[in-house]
Amino acid sequence: MTGRKPARISRRTLLTGGAGLAGLGVGAVAVGVGHELSGPDSAESAGQQTLPFFGEHQSGIATPMQAHAAFLGIDLLDPADHVTLQGFLRMWSQDAANLVQGKPGFSDTEQELGTAPSRLSVAAGLGPRVFTSPTLAPRRPSWLAPLPAFAIDRLDERWGQTDLVVAVASDDPMTLAHAVRVVVAPIRRRCRLRWTQQGFHHDRNLFGQVDGTVQPADDRYDDLVWDDGSDQQWMAGGTSLVLRRIAMNMDTWEAIDRPGRELSLGRTLDNGAPLTGTAEHDEPNFSATRGGIPVIPAESHIARAHQRTDREQFVRRPYSYDLAPEPGESSNSGLIFATYQRDPVAQFVPVQQRLSDHDALNEWTTPIGSAVYAMLPGASRDGYLGETLFGSE
Amino acid sequence: MARRHILRSARLTALAAATVASIALLGACSTDSTDNSPEADAVTVSVQWVKAVEGDSPGGGMTAAFAKIANGSDRDVRIVSASSGVSEQVQLHEVVDSGGTTTMKEKDGGFVVPSNGSLTMTPGGEHFMFMGVQRPIRAGQQVAITVRFADGSTTRVDALARDFDGNQENYSPDHSGEHR
Repeated sequence: MTGRKPARISRRTLLTGGAGLAGLGVGAVAVGVGHELSGPDSAESAGQQTLPFFGEHQSGIATPMQAHAAFLGIDLLDPADHVTLQGFLRMWSQDAANLVQGKPGFSDTEQELGTAPSRLSVAAGLGPRVFTSPTLAPRRPSWLAPLPAFAIDRLDERWGQTDLVVAVASDDPMTLAHAVRVVVAPIRRRCRLRWTQQGFHHDRNLFGQVDGTVQPADDRYDDLVWDDGSDQQWMAGGTSLVLRRIAMNMDTWEAIDRPGRELSLGRTLDNGAPLTGTAEHDEPNFSATRGGIPVIPAESHIARAHQRTDREQFVRRPYSYDLAPEPGESSNSGLIFATYQRDPVAQFVPVQQRLSDHDALNEWTTPIGSAVYAMLPGASRDGYLGETLFGSE
Repeated sequence: MARRHILRSARLTALAAATVASIALLGACSTDSTDNSPEADAVTVSVQWVKAVEGDSPGGGMTAAFAKIANGSDRDVRIVSASSGVSEQVQLHEVVDSGGTTTMKEKDGGFVVPSNGSLTMTPGGEHFMFMGVQRPIRAGQQVAITVRFADGSTTRVDALARDFDGNQENYSPDHSGEHR
């Protein structure tokens, strides 16, 4: 596989962790932080880029964002049936380990659709209800609970908390669709697929804003993202996922002119630079004023979202969705906002609370879905996802 | 990674029920002291799975298991039978084309796994045929299959049940008698 080359690497790629780059096998490629590598795949390597399945952490969390993703929200028929849950996790491990390498799943009947993995990742997580049985209750991560209710929320149960989540992502939408089928088909009569949230990633969201700019520094992942096992030993190497679905009102956003849009966000639209800077990753200066007025308004999105303490940092993985509008509507667009952090209560909630209390963007955005999951540690070779949870049961 | 599901007869397992089975198999293997190593030691099983089945039909349900069986030795090995606690019987089936229609039938002489080669059992091809399944085998459940070779050695295969609608078992009227 010496001909393997990294896919398009964006600036964001370089900010989302060295682990991902190592997984891509680009160690030998000179990657200078701050430089943007780009270029089309060679025909030979197209679709053959792979991410590891086995390892300390699940792929698809710190790895550079793939272009397409599907989050599957799955309920168990009986949350206390650990044998079945363990079977599901073993099956997903069997299939995913093959799929990420471009090989067929075990009971895969469309194996030709999986030959171009295109950085496929399959990551699984557990919701709070899994930990309601007497056996697993003592193993529930302390933070694994619904987020507090936020005043801005208009949550629809249709996008609500489920027992399990599987986050599948790939640069190739056919590979993604096939992998989703392989995940769901072998368990379809023993679970309930509550929702599927499909999205695509671009450096911008559908409001045209450069999105996902602020990320933890590469050397903070062990501290801010990956669980160290101090709360629950079995979670070491895992993390949490907060999955928020945010509807974006394209019609009312259209009514805002460009300066108004930039003031509401606190960044320019052309390159995402803070209004006090010239480049996307310039540090915003919230105390700068012009004519006595703050250049970045205090109620702007970035002023409200900006970390007030060192712990208020998390990985942002925004995927846009753009579905067929409901009858009588002209758009059905928004953002699947996935964040990963060691402890959502300490890291994510304070930021979300500030945004709920006041964020200029709230006028055009509405959270309609919310769920929290314990994302499992990576599977050890010859092991399976969730093994540490059940290992000494 | 599939290899972890294979518990050689001599290997103990964490499952209490399996421990009993393993001890029994240990005894079987210890009697094999010829110069040739047991056939079971030559094979590696992977991609093993079983079709989930409700098992509520009169006389018991039918289902099938599939796997890839690789033979790393320089001689052919032959699978002569298989058994499982979840069904009254496990037959070694092949699917044959008889005048335009495919039918399942027992494979004469069992399955040969060629030296330094492999046998891939898939829906529509060779498979372990479970007959007389009295209780449901549901997706996520693990099924232990004991595979017996011509020399009497055995390998235990742990296969997870998966929801799957292929490999329709009931379409072979010629063999309906056999299938009870």
